[in-house]
Amino acid sequence: MRREVPVFLAGAVGVLMIIEYFFNVPLMRSWSTEIQNWAVIISAFALGLGAVGLARNHVARISQKKPDSINSVLLIVTLVVTIVSGIASRTNPTFLFIFNNVITPLGSAFYAMVAFFVASSAYRAFRARSLEAVMFLVAGTIVMLGRAPVGEIIWKQFPVITEWIMKYPNLAGMRGFQIGVAVGVIGVGLRVLLGIDRSYLGGEA
Amino acid sequence: MVTGRVTSFVILVVIFAAIIYNMQRAKTRLPQMRRIAGLDAIEEAVGRATEMGRPVFFTPGMGDITTSTASETFAALEMMSYTAQLTARNDTGLIVGVAIANVYPLSEQVVEQAYLQAGRPDAYHDDMVRFLSPTQFAYASACMGIIEREKVASTIMAGRFLAEAMLLAEVSSQVGAISIAGTGSEYQLPFFIAACDYTLLGEELLAAGAYLARDPVRLGSLAGQDWSKLLALVMVLIGAIMVTFNPKPPLLDLLKK
Repeated sequence: MRREVPVFLAGAVGVLMIIEYFFNVPLMRSWSTEIQNWAVIISAFALGLGAVGLARNHVARISQKKPDSINSVLLIVTLVVTIVSGIASRTNPTFLFIFNNVITPLGSAFYAMVAFFVASSAYRAFRARSLEAVMFLVAGTIVMLGRAPVGEIIWKQFPVITEWIMKYPNLAGMRGFQIGVAVGVIGVGLRVLLGIDRSYLGGEA
Repeated sequence: MVTGRVTSFVILVVIFAAIIYNMQRAKTRLPQMRRIAGLDAIEEAVGRATEMGRPVFFTPGMGDITTSTASETFAALEMMSYTAQLTARNDTGLIVGVAIANVYPLSEQVVEQAYLQAGRPDAYHDDMVRFLSPTQFAYASACMGIIEREKVASTIMAGRFLAEAMLLAEVSSQVGAISIAGTGSEYQLPFFIAACDYTLLGEELLAAGAYLARDPVRLGSLAGQDWSKLLALVMVLIGAIMVTFNPKPPLLDLLKK
């Protein structure tokens, strides 16, 4: 029963969502809306559970005096301050200060770092050790030059070739990939609906 | 029926029929399955971690189970279960970093059950599955911190990833970890291909559960998916030929219904 009930619920809700998507049945629509509202509420509780798990792990690290436990202290303090100030009011000055001066700039800084990581990764990937790597290198170089203003100054045809690469070989590859993923998603969905894929309950790989 | 969804419904029914037929067929005749290097490499990754005495880091990405990324997340959970069983048998450390709150209890359950199934419930501990943050770059920095501090020997990234994909893959490479990644996002896949040792291309990730379980019925569903892709290919060819000769073929209006 411990496994059958979740499998039945997953299947039933999945079938209901499919019917609601394709057919105009008012009763199904209202059930679907209700279930989606439940999902939001369950997600909120899951977030609470996650926060408790996070706090539990880091409190354990502090009490065990593990190396770098200062990071855990910082995490617990900022977690408590952010939660308390955020629950008090969304316009609480402390909460706004944390959001505008800590979370947002840190997020932007991290995003900016992606460029440097792309550069080091491209250096390794573009080493022409095989035919695929050579093709990767040539296509990548042409597209980079075609997208940058300096490329057009070097040779007027770079943007034209870039456009062709993006519009035909690249798009064809992307479409093939998308079709494969779409069919795969339907396959996984059907296996979950039929209760064949149950490893989300644990224990069956 | 909802206008504009008739064709999608018919195609969905055809794909469902192809998959179900092949699942039944596989009970008597097992379909041929090509090797998927990325999935075979999981054993190598765990073996390497065992030899080095370092942990394996697994993350199921930023996909949820209540959105369109659910299938990728379920596939990631299948891989997580398999990885956890291997780490349990080999007595190797495992750290699972979770970003999405809904996935956290599922991950805990999956890892705990895998250790139980491997006969090592004593080796499972609460610190293995860690909820990090649902905020993208907070999650990325937490993963990067774990990979750096714990000096992991292997990193497995499976599921839906966004811009953090590059950061995780590159940090894994910098600490010398063997990295296996799989995603259904066509925008992040090139980053994984460039930075990781093994990459699972979209549908390979979604086939993970069936491939790793070696269960005939599930393998049959993959054969059904192949039939569906063949159907898609035929439709693309017919469409291309028709549009070449007539830019507005009458069939186009029918497909829009």
